[in-house]
Amino acid sequence: MTWKRAFTSSIGRKIVMSLTGLFLILFLIVHVSINACIFNTLFDAGDKGDTFNRAAYFMGSTFLIRVMEIGLFVLFFIHIIQGLMIASNNSTRRGTPYQIKYGNRGSRWYSRSMGLLGTLILLFLIVHIAQFWVPSRFGQLEEVQVRNGTAMVHNLFLRMEQVFSHLWVVILYVLGCISLGYHLAHGFQSAFRTLGVHNKKYVRMLVVLGNWFSILITIGFISMPVSMYFGWVHQ
Amino acid sequence: MEHYTMNLTLKVWRQENSTAQGRFETYQVSNISSEMSFLEMFDVLNEQLVIEGKDPIAFDHDCREGICGSCSMYVDGKPHGPWRHNTVCQLHMRAYKDGDTIVVEPWRAKAFPVIKDLMTDRSAFDRIVQAGGYISVNTGNAVDGNATPIEKEKADNAFGAAMCIQCGACVAACPNTSAMLFTAAKVSHLALLPQGHPERKTRVLDMIAQHDKEGFGSCTNIGACEATCPKDISLSNIARLNKEYRNAALVE
Ligand code: HEM
Ligand code: SF4
Ligand code: FES
Repeated sequence: MTWKRAFTSSIGRKIVMSLTGLFLILFLIVHVSINACIFNTLFDAGDKGDTFNRAAYFMGSTFLIRVMEIGLFVLFFIHIIQGLMIASNNSTRRGTPYQIKYGNRGSRWYSRSMGLLGTLILLFLIVHIAQFWVPSRFGQLEEVQVRNGTAMVHNLFLRMEQVFSHLWVVILYVLGCISLGYHLAHGFQSAFRTLGVHNKKYVRMLVVLGNWFSILITIGFISMPVSMYFGWVHQ
Repeated sequence: MEHYTMNLTLKVWRQENSTAQGRFETYQVSNISSEMSFLEMFDVLNEQLVIEGKDPIAFDHDCREGICGSCSMYVDGKPHGPWRHNTVCQLHMRAYKDGDTIVVEPWRAKAFPVIKDLMTDRSAFDRIVQAGGYISVNTGNAVDGNATPIEKEKADNAFGAAMCIQCGACVAACPNTSAMLFTAAKVSHLALLPQGHPERKTRVLDMIAQHDKEGFGSCTNIGACEATCPKDISLSNIARLNKEYRNAALVE
């Protein structure tokens, strides 16, 4: 068996989906933790977004992190292309459709809608990257001095406040995060099954863990645009 | 349960042959006994059609006791009809009441082309089994059953997987039209037993290659198959199959 065949059979493709999906989950954990730094303004009136700006600056500061960033884009690319291919291939295998649909028996709607949820996440991602990553990397952002030093960093906190002052943007982000939540509610445990976890004890644990993870990630990411929009968090 | 009779409206898929355009036909049946099986009700309808000089409805059946896997009707949106862990031959008319309308379709999958009406060609499953669902041993005297000790739990799980009757309901129910539950049952039942170990790697690789060649979709761990399987084959067999595949594909 060649490597190519190992990863292009029906199960091989799933392995690719699950490995890329799990790395994307790791990325989400890093991402939500960095964003959570905006909430330091609630506890420290002198913060004015400094904690968050420095954390965000660090995420682009070293060579290693830049290489990992490229890796992340590659993983996204593979996961998206492969996911869309799997979803569209699978949808052509039935032939004549059923008059009466099988419906929700034994499954939930989101487990049957991974392609759709993924596409919604993709649309959201494009908007999101255009709003933050592009201006930050290609430098059209205002700079500020860090609190206890002379270094200058991008004022991404201010950028967030500006972006999240529009209601439509906040609604778009909330919908994007909910799609991600449902994608993960199925994807988290599915990825482990794909990798061969079949012991019922572990599967049960992973289902519960996956559900809590999806809920917390969704609430975490939604809380940021919402609290900026309502001015709960500000400079 | 009290006996009763009922009149029913049936909407049944009719299709001359694999290339013909199919369509639904509506039939009325009367005085159906609540103690009849679903297939007996079809026998009554077919006799009626024969008397009227019409073509009877073709459908697969053999044992009519839930063990052979021949019967295959998609009844009101579910393979094998409304009862859980049940084949359509073991569905009884007490599941219905007077005046009900029942819609009956064949398994729908490109890999299971319709032969006629409700009969489909499921030889794709035979080819998957031929690709590796066996152990290569010379026949001879039967070996003493106690010569190879097997852990009770493994024996039970292997038996659970071996219960698969190859009916294809899992494919019919799966939104991806995947045959992964079937293939997983066949791989698991041998992978769990010592007799299956010598060929476990080539088995899983060959069977998956055949599964893909037959044109089934890929599994996304949805779970519709498990909910419809007449033999309650567990979804965890698919995860075991994935493990078998991983261990084989990454080292062979
Ligand atoms: C941060 C973003 C994302 C994360 C964390 C993520 C995570 C995951 C995970 C863990 C799986 C399960 C893999 C498995 O079942 O073995 C998965 C599956 C999938 N993803 Fe994503 N994904 C993301 C974005 C996307 C995008 C943008 C698309 C498509 C445009 C997409 C499409 C799919 C599809 C079609 C599947 C296959 C469904 C399945 O096998 O259950 N995903 N994803
Ligand atoms: S796994 Fe269940 S539904 Fe699928 S072929 Fe076997 S018995 Fe039928
Ligand atoms: S006819 Fe044999 S299982 Fe139904």
